[in-house]
Amino acid sequence: MNENFEPKIAAFVCTWCTYTGADLAGTSRLKYEPNVRVLRLPCTGRIDFSLVIKAFENGADGVLISGCHPNDCHYNAGNFHARRRFAIFRKLLEFTGIDPNRVQFSWVSAAEGAKWRDVVNAVTDEIRKLGPFNEYQKLIHDSFPFRHEDSGAEEISEKEQVENVK
Amino acid sequence: MSNDIRQIAHALLSEGKVSSVIGYAEGSLKGRVQTLIAHTAREAEKFIFNENCVNNLAVYLTKSYGLINKDKPAAVFLKPCDIKSVTALIQEHQLRREDVFIIGLSCQGVKNGNVMAGKCMGCSIHNPQYYDAIVGETVEEKEPGISDPFAKVKEIENMTTQERWDFWMEQFDKCIRCYACRQACPLCYCEECIVDKTQPRWIESSSHPIGNLSWHLIRAFHLAGRCTGCGECDRACHQNIPLSLLNMKMGKEIFELYGYRPGMDTEAKPPLTEFKMEDSEEFIR
Repeated sequence: MNENFEPKIAAFVCTWCTYTGADLAGTSRLKYEPNVRVLRLPCTGRIDFSLVIKAFENGADGVLISGCHPNDCHYNAGNFHARRRFAIFRKLLEFTGIDPNRVQFSWVSAAEGAKWRDVVNAVTDEIRKLGPFNEYQKLIHDSFPFRHEDSGAEEISEKEQVENVK
Repeated sequence: MSNDIRQIAHALLSEGKVSSVIGYAEGSLKGRVQTLIAHTAREAEKFIFNENCVNNLAVYLTKSYGLINKDKPAAVFLKPCDIKSVTALIQEHQLRREDVFIIGLSCQGVKNGNVMAGKCMGCSIHNPQYYDAIVGETVEEKEPGISDPFAKVKEIENMTTQERWDFWMEQFDKCIRCYACRQACPLCYCEECIVDKTQPRWIESSSHPIGNLSWHLIRAFHLAGRCTGCGECDRACHQNIPLSLLNMKMGKEIFELYGYRPGMDTEAKPPLTEFKMEDSEEFIR
């Protein structure tokens, strides 16, 4: 495995708790791993598992889903529904041979900037240990052989390019 | 038994009690049956029921077939396992109980080709749970023919992550995306399937590895806690992808976590539409 591997992590967060919590981490000037791309959604109940699949299709090595603590949901029950859905979805991933640790779940409230930092650091560490999601990358490569990808695609040096043109 | 079936279908249609009767008729090949939707008493002469009647006719009760109307119920011949699909449709408000006239059939197992259908091996319901009319004598309830219906699921569970991935990639690689699994499924009744949506395109529509994986994950998950195990997806798949294994796995997990079995109670709420405060959250940081 490449020692300099830095995972790409898509973080789907609810706007009311975790996004605000992440914002607090920012205003508190807490430093954390830059590997997460935060995607804001109204509620964890809105986070369709298709979004998770899309994230993998677009080259994510891991996914983090985070929202309000139980009983704190802005819409009362969204996070409870999400909890059931993702408990089952993890089992499906596991069954089809995808490491369920690539999809992480957390509750981070608007006041927990420090917890957000810890969660992101821990998740990044874990995905880094799992390594790049080569199996999925290969599928992407097999499916779209002509699509240019940063990762996986062979880098062609300028010299070679010139020679190819000739 | 076929005589009783014709009689009851004839009576229902000639008395004008039902708008149509959905049943089985002799297929064009020996040992195969086809669906017959009879609108007149004369057509009722063609109905049969034998060990080859493996199809689940509940699929014809979904909206897209347009056989259900408010004036008169549609009659349908259903085996005990098929009634579970109707239960699920009623549960999800896709069908009203009064709009369908269920003619229950007692069943001792049916054949798929030359061998007993997979679903019958683990079946423990041989008489219809509810019906408006019943044909044939009540058969003795017996224990499932095989001790563990989940044996194949457990076999896959015991593989390593890499082995599971390789197993499913080999299976999904066969998929040509004909969507026969969707069309045959009584619970895939969405008027517009997510796979047909183009803005955004959720699932790549050509049959390449990415699209196939996404389609099968999404299909399995959309049926989680709903699939009644009629096995029509398996039967419809001419590429022989063991699709029902995914559904069985989902059913198994739903039962272990939430103690729910689909297709048993028309009043029950499907497990992924409700929740309990004390649901397990061991996977949450």
